[in-house]
Amino acid sequence: MSETPEVRPPVVTPVRVIIALCLVAPFVAMLWVGSYAKTDPAFIGIPFFYWYQMLWVLISTALTMLAYQLWQRDQRARKAAAGRDEEAAK
Amino acid sequence: MKDVNGVALGVFIFFFLAVTVMGFLAARWRRAENDQSLDEWGLGGRSFGTWITWFLLGGDLYTAYTFVAVPAAIYAAGAAGFFAVPYTILVYPLIFTFLPRLWSVSHRHGYVTTSDFVRGRFGSKGLSLAVAVTGILATMPYIALQLVGIQAVLDVMGVGGGENTNWFVKDLPLLIAFGVLAAYTYSSGLRAPALIAFVKDTLIYIVIAVAIIYIPVKLGGFDDIFAKAGEAFSQTNPVTQAPRGALAPAEKGQWTYATLALGSALALFMYPHSITATLSSKSRDVIRRNTTILPLYSLMLGLLALLGFMAIAAGVKVTNGQLAIPQLFEDMFPDWFAGVAFAAIGIGALVPAAIMSIAAANLFTRNIYKDFIKPDATPQQETKVSKLVSLLVKVGALVFVLTMDKTVAINFQLLGGIWILQTFPALVGGLFTRWFHRWALLAGWAVGMVYGTVAAYGIASPTQKHFGGNAKEIPGIGEIGYIGLTAFVLNVLVTVVLTFVLKALKAPEGLDETRPEDYTADAGDPGVQVELPPATAGAGH
Repeated sequence: MSETPEVRPPVVTPVRVIIALCLVAPFVAMLWVGSYAKTDPAFIGIPFFYWYQMLWVLISTALTMLAYQLWQRDQRARKAAAGRDEEAAK
Repeated sequence: MKDVNGVALGVFIFFFLAVTVMGFLAARWRRAENDQSLDEWGLGGRSFGTWITWFLLGGDLYTAYTFVAVPAAIYAAGAAGFFAVPYTILVYPLIFTFLPRLWSVSHRHGYVTTSDFVRGRFGSKGLSLAVAVTGILATMPYIALQLVGIQAVLDVMGVGGGENTNWFVKDLPLLIAFGVLAAYTYSSGLRAPALIAFVKDTLIYIVIAVAIIYIPVKLGGFDDIFAKAGEAFSQTNPVTQAPRGALAPAEKGQWTYATLALGSALALFMYPHSITATLSSKSRDVIRRNTTILPLYSLMLGLLALLGFMAIAAGVKVTNGQLAIPQLFEDMFPDWFAGVAFAAIGIGALVPAAIMSIAAANLFTRNIYKDFIKPDATPQQETKVSKLVSLLVKVGALVFVLTMDKTVAINFQLLGGIWILQTFPALVGGLFTRWFHRWALLAGWAVGMVYGTVAAYGIASPTQKHFGGNAKEIPGIGEIGYIGLTAFVLNVLVTVVLTFVLKALKAPEGLDETRPEDYTADAGDPGVQVELPPATAGAGH
């Protein structure tokens, strides 16, 4: 990431780091197959391998929603800071 | 020939007729005054809100073939087939990052296809042609597979499956289904699948919800189902001398599992039909909001995959794995509900087939016809050519399925996935940076295509000499991984190295017609609304 001119807020902010983590987490969890390639413990008879991945559908959805909310807030703040007012394109 | 299941067939025909009527009426739905432009026919006027886009994308990505093939893979080999779930988990965080940018730049410049964007960004018709041809090649077998999905359902219902009937009677139901599909796609464009997608997805959700409760209750619960499946998988296959499958992937299957999930996730939104559905939405926010609600389909896919285990536990015995799930429905459900389930799969084939043919037609019109054959084509001519090509594409797919063995379509679809992934650097790379050189991208694409094709050709399986699978030893790592992903890595390496070389040689860069602010523009911003057809921009529901 390159430095931006002083008038603009920095490109990397704590909020944006959190957004990035939310989006990266599913990749780490799902690509690390060794962490869930087992059958125990089962949940209502479904082996671990299957219910764990289906649980991650919900977790990743929640994380993406969080990222979306944070991004909306980030963009609004930036637009307000830039003195422009063209949000609310509902 | 087995008996025709009359009740199931009646229900199936009822739903089929209902969506046919909807398909033709769709032409009037949210119609704009100027309906002669390609934006209208090919992108539904770029007017769809969050929920229509959700149904459309869901109806588009989770095809009839998915419904048949994913559980079929589980039925055949167990855990390895479940990679479709992590694959669809990874898609959404991924598209969250780049799809809104593609939406914005496409609206600013009136791009209809990904190749339009690549041409505008890199000023290279050659690169744009490569992307367009790859898209068309990858889409054709995908459409053919939708037919395979319908055929599976028809077979199980006892229609047209007989060996000794003549070919015309045998294929007549399929011909009728596709004739109807072609007709309303021609007349209504993207509005037809958008409207039908509501029916398709509603039926699918109902069927899955019922199946996932009703069938396990009948089979004695998930404990019994998985105990029986585990037992079946541990049996040695007489051909390969190895167990049939496993309930969790063994150590050496884990690389394959992860690379297949990642490679497929990267590839999904390179497909033209995904992009067509994306660009038809009316605002940037619709896309991003959709990445948070689309995973509902992934959950459904996971539940659906479990049906593969139920088919084993229920003692479904089919030689063609594709028939396992339709057969399970036939065995387990009362006739009328089996009809509903079959209708869900059948209609599930029509929606993506329509969108895919529209997407392929748009690519041809915009990036081959307009760029190379008739540069001064008017919007009316573009729409006309697109409509005709959408017909041709479907006829091509039909001929493909009727004249060639089913495995040919499956092999080509496998190749299509590998190929389409090779357009990722030009498209997604281009959305974030102009650093890559257009010739380097073209060279990288070519290397990826050749490596992927040759590698896939060289894989033998017990039943096939070539194209026997999609995973192979990764050079330099030694694990078995998805060929598409290996080809993609090669592609990126070549692109980066050649970009350095070409920049050092000061090779001409090509004109970039986009500006940085184009990538974040939203509906309502100056220059975005203007390019929408006026009557559509303000059209309500």
